Amino acid sequence: MFVKINGKKEDIQETTLGALLKSKKIEPQMVSVELNDQMIDRENINDTLLQKGDSLEFLFFMGGGSGLS
Amino acid sequence: MAFTEEQLVRYSRHIILSEVGGKGQKKIRQAKVLVVGAGGLGAPISLYLAAAGIGTIGLIDGDAVDLTNLQRQIIHHTADIGRPKVLSAQEKIKDLNPDVEVIPYQKLLDAENAIEIFNDYEYVIDGTDNFPTKFLINDASYFAKKPLIHGGILRFDGQLFTIIPDESACYRCVFPKLPPQGVVPSCQEAGVLGALAGLIGTLQATEVLKLILGVGNPLTNRILTYHALQTLFREIAIKKNPSCPLCGLDPTIKTLEMEVQEVCDFDPLETAHKDH
Repeated sequence: MFVKINGKKEDIQETTLGALLKSKKIEPQMVSVELNDQMIDRENINDTLLQKGDSLEFLFFMGGGSGLS
Repeated sequence: MAFTEEQLVRYSRHIILSEVGGKGQKKIRQAKVLVVGAGGLGAPISLYLAAAGIGTIGLIDGDAVDLTNLQRQIIHHTADIGRPKVLSAQEKIKDLNPDVEVIPYQKLLDAENAIEIFNDYEYVIDGTDNFPTKFLINDASYFAKKPLIHGGILRFDGQLFTIIPDESACYRCVFPKLPPQGVVPSCQEAGVLGALAGLIGTLQATEVLKLILGVGNPLTNRILTYHALQTLFREIAIKKNPSCPLCGLDPTIKTLEMEVQEVCDFDPLETAHKDH
């Protein structure tokens, strides 16, 4: 089915968000996901069902700047 | 206090902008901006703020200049290697614009000093690289009620957004808690294109100048991402999250604390950071 991932149309086989992340080798702990403009709670990521036409945004942690640590 | 002849000439390209004018330039002169981190992002942020004539720039960084910094931290020069970053930066800012008062804090930001330092400024800009500090800055800005310009870079990607406490989505609305240690590689581990720091830092400086002048639309409730390899800018709408642990309806974070990162049990380098 076709969904939009970060603005790009993609044909995916997976029907849950957890499976989709797994197929893309994205560790759920490193990403926040918006599904149709709604932030998905991290504990619900694995079980969230996907449907044709869904719009997904994967937001990644980014550090950068000054190494203060 | 009126501007001197020399200042009128120095800031003339601002003053002729109808959105700035003499009035706006005065707002810039009266502004107090805190820049956390005098590194990749802090360098362009503080140089452009200094050039713009920001009255007071606070700079926090506990590090000394290292040879590996010079590929992107353009406020530091080769001769500065080994010197405290805040002092190296202060010197360059003063050379660029002696009108600017620079307050250097040669220390790390922590839960004990953050609010007290933030209270002396009107705006905060995040130019740091590690997540405990990024979350601390978000939380301290919220408690001190200071607008914050968040920014981050990694490899060929960058992102930024503006947070107005109580009004717009905060960092925790998007990322409720710290990533476990090792899940997200740092620039040190994964690299970063130097010029990217200049771009994201300059956008952060632009956004704070807009807030100071009260012009345009702030970068609130949307994250701007930049992907250098595709030369692609994207804007992702976000909103205040009712379940945000900091600014949501039932907050669990009520006092400022530096959170520690949990350790994780997988190798982040095996899990590629997906490029979108």
